[in-house]
Amino acid sequence: MNEMTPPAAASPRSTRPDDWASDQEVRWCPGCGDYAILKAVQRTMPELGADPAKTVFISGIGCSSRFPYYMETYGFHTIHGRAPAIATGVKLANPELDVWIVTGDGDGLSIGGNHMLHLLRRNLDCQLLLFNNEIYGLTKGQASPTSRLGTRTPTTPFGSIDRPVKPCEFALGAGARFVARTFDTAQKQLPEVLKRAYAHKGTSFVEIYQNCVVYNDGVFEAFTDRKAAPTSQLWLEHGQPMLFAGGTRGLTLDRERLMLEVIEVTPETLPRVIVHDETNRSVAHMLINMNFPAFPVALGVIYCDPRPSFETVVAEQVAKATAGKVADLAALLRRGQTWEVSPPA
Amino acid sequence: MATAAKIDPAPPPSASHDAVVVRFAGDSGDGMQLTGGQFTLATAIAGNDLATFPDFPAEIRAPAGTLFGVSAFQIHFGATDIETAGDAPDVLIAMNPAALKVNLDGLKPGGLIIADAAEFTERNLKKAGYAANPLEDGSLARWQLMALPISQMTLDAVRPFGLSNKEALRTKNMWTLGLVMWMFGRPRAPVVQWIEGRFAGRPELKEANLAALNAGHAWGETAELSGPLKQFHLGRAEAEPGLYRTVTGADALSLGLVAGAKLAELPLFFGSYPITPASSILHALARLKEFGVTTFQAEDEIAAICAAIGASYAGHLGVTSSSGPGIALKTEAMGLAVMTELPLVIINSQRGGPSTGLPTKTEQSDLTQAVFGRNGDTPIPVLAARSPSDCFAVAIEACRIATRFMTPVILLTDGYIANAAEPWRVPDRHDFEPFPAIFCDQPPADGRPFNPYARDPVTLARPWVKPGTPGLIHRIGGLEKSHETGNIDYSAANHQKMTAIRHAKIDGIARFIPAQEVALGEPWGRLAVVGWGSTYGPILKAVERARARGHAVSHIHIRHLHPFPENLGALLRGFERVLVPEMNMGQLKVLLRDRFLIDARPFSKVSGQPFRIAEVEAAIEEAIA
Repeated sequence: MNEMTPPAAASPRSTRPDDWASDQEVRWCPGCGDYAILKAVQRTMPELGADPAKTVFISGIGCSSRFPYYMETYGFHTIHGRAPAIATGVKLANPELDVWIVTGDGDGLSIGGNHMLHLLRRNLDCQLLLFNNEIYGLTKGQASPTSRLGTRTPTTPFGSIDRPVKPCEFALGAGARFVARTFDTAQKQLPEVLKRAYAHKGTSFVEIYQNCVVYNDGVFEAFTDRKAAPTSQLWLEHGQPMLFAGGTRGLTLDRERLMLEVIEVTPETLPRVIVHDETNRSVAHMLINMNFPAFPVALGVIYCDPRPSFETVVAEQVAKATAGKVADLAALLRRGQTWEVSPPA
Repeated sequence: MATAAKIDPAPPPSASHDAVVVRFAGDSGDGMQLTGGQFTLATAIAGNDLATFPDFPAEIRAPAGTLFGVSAFQIHFGATDIETAGDAPDVLIAMNPAALKVNLDGLKPGGLIIADAAEFTERNLKKAGYAANPLEDGSLARWQLMALPISQMTLDAVRPFGLSNKEALRTKNMWTLGLVMWMFGRPRAPVVQWIEGRFAGRPELKEANLAALNAGHAWGETAELSGPLKQFHLGRAEAEPGLYRTVTGADALSLGLVAGAKLAELPLFFGSYPITPASSILHALARLKEFGVTTFQAEDEIAAICAAIGASYAGHLGVTSSSGPGIALKTEAMGLAVMTELPLVIINSQRGGPSTGLPTKTEQSDLTQAVFGRNGDTPIPVLAARSPSDCFAVAIEACRIATRFMTPVILLTDGYIANAAEPWRVPDRHDFEPFPAIFCDQPPADGRPFNPYARDPVTLARPWVKPGTPGLIHRIGGLEKSHETGNIDYSAANHQKMTAIRHAKIDGIARFIPAQEVALGEPWGRLAVVGWGSTYGPILKAVERARARGHAVSHIHIRHLHPFPENLGALLRGFERVLVPEMNMGQLKVLLRDRFLIDARPFSKVSGQPFRIAEVEAAIEEAIA
């Protein structure tokens, strides 16, 4: 990297992927999808121009939440489900920090669902990576809030009966301004999604389908498999038509029923294919809810429509409320009606 | 009707008392808390010492006229040192039958009842469960009765201002206040000033409230001529020279946190979730942004403490506040703050429990929760404020311990302290020593890797590093960490050592806190009466009376409940007996027995009401018998 000249003052020295790896031994199961995500994140950080000392990874509890230990950044491995709340305090106290939250389907949507909801509606500036493996891994394989109906686990020996939550739908419903979806082995696209998430100011919600080799192996294989990819994956790009299967199929809107429809693409039908507009919330809902295999799985940045982030609004309000005021503690203590008791004459 | 004031021929309460207790009682919509608050301010300005006890229902607007909707405000004031809100009122103002019924029990025999006769209608009597009108059936003969048609006289007084009947009747609290202010010779100027500010945008309401206030006052003057109603004359209380104001516990606590953060040279981050009776601290701090205060109303109790932990991690002084049930929700996060050794102040405004319990009533039954209530061996220092004004100094002490020792600290106050008001001598900036927080910003000089769990040899505190500091990147978390590297370490020897260190650090705080003093009496004798928190006033007065009868009784009041001051054990051994009055089933007693193997005897009260002096006095007599 000798040929690179470090940019001036503001930015720190440039980094390499290795600079983002801590000296801690990684302890996920061999073959776990988390390795691929860790690698993609460490590979992407230098490209973001981020500074390890100004970066904080905050996690809750679960396999995914071990992530901060493996990053050579500041890290806080907190308690189950509470990473968004801790992150809120960190970012409000120091808005200069790059805050990343790493969570899982159980941590983020079950025990921490409430905090997730409020993080998203407040729109705190941070990147939230939700590793979705549709199972509880660290507690040895129980059904999670994203497990599909009928999933057999030690706690659901006859199949799970509670309906799964769709993380991206939850995020959109909670008021997220950035919703993206990708998967662990998408090593080409995952870094691109991470870059977009980092560039977005506000809570960037990124769902990452992640394979649990021990308790839920292959659960996403039908659409993540390399051979199935062309027909099963729709990678969205803002301003581009929603095409897949090598451009032979596309999505259009059935205007009668207000539903998405897959069509064969020909020069005649091409104009009917929807062009992806990231700021269209209604279409984002439809894209998230497409049922595989009747439809492809929508991936990439599904929705992005920035709004002022929470810590910015907090700072603005503080500035406005304190304008012209002096922090005079002695005066504060004397505020209100006072009276003097004189020493006896 | 307007002149039908019934005045009992019995003599008025003695005007020679050096202290008086007045209780205002009415519907929760009658403005009794406001009336009491204004009377308190005027009383403080008149130079009396005072203590108040707001006693209101959990319902915001309970159905009018019901027993459970009665809201009361008691004030004890006089020329001597006032330490309690008073055992039994001398004067009861009852705005309706329900208010009379609920509050009559406590009234002193021979005390004065001022009742709004216009509200003693058949309907209201029935709601309060009276078969006959007590103002007329002679059942109040033990007391002096002044039954005045207050509502009617208020309507007459405010008629010129064209208010609706409902609006006009809402000024009857001002009429009553005017009368009571006349009775005690209080200056009306501060109330006039308050009314002018409060109703600046509604001139007709401003004029009506002033007219009602003046009409009540004038009625007193006129009634005096006819004989029975007399003015009380109370001398000024002797107080230490200085500038004074009244504060509630919530006010003083908020100011103490601001001052504590300033003394620590840190911005203050306050994360909280609304809960009675703790919310007033959040309300107060939300307005003080210019003092470097960030307030965050979180989605729940857990998020409130977690955000405060996050802020402390990032270099602010994190504070969270709640009441018992909310504190229960925060306990897992407290464990995280202990494990990661971050400064944090946790305030518990205790209320009656268990569960939702008595939201607006007072109790001190969360002491063992504070000292022990967490999973694992998880020591946290515990402090308690003894009075509204004491909250200021205790809040500063909590900030000092949290930052100096890198630990969460629990500060116990209660519903009584939070709402009650008393005069407070405004402290001088030199009254408190600064304790600037120290952040570690340099990598180890010997070139070894930075260990976030390296320790100060004196305090055993670990270094505080703000994320963003170059060269000190590290990770912390709830898993056990190696004492040598700060990395995850589950080994047997390491956990044993870290557990011992966490305990030694907190126990060691005892060397950095003031020795236990005796609040009243000798440091030896027949009986030590040991208390903590808001029982200070009743215990002090009860001990004072026992001593006046010649008993060798002393009062010890503990601020540092965990760890205890180093001399406490030796001090208690200087007494033949130890009595521990508490508004719980004996929690401090458990701690004292455990730590010092002494036969501490409990005296419990868990009625949601503060101790009366007489109750503690009786317990003392029994204990020394």
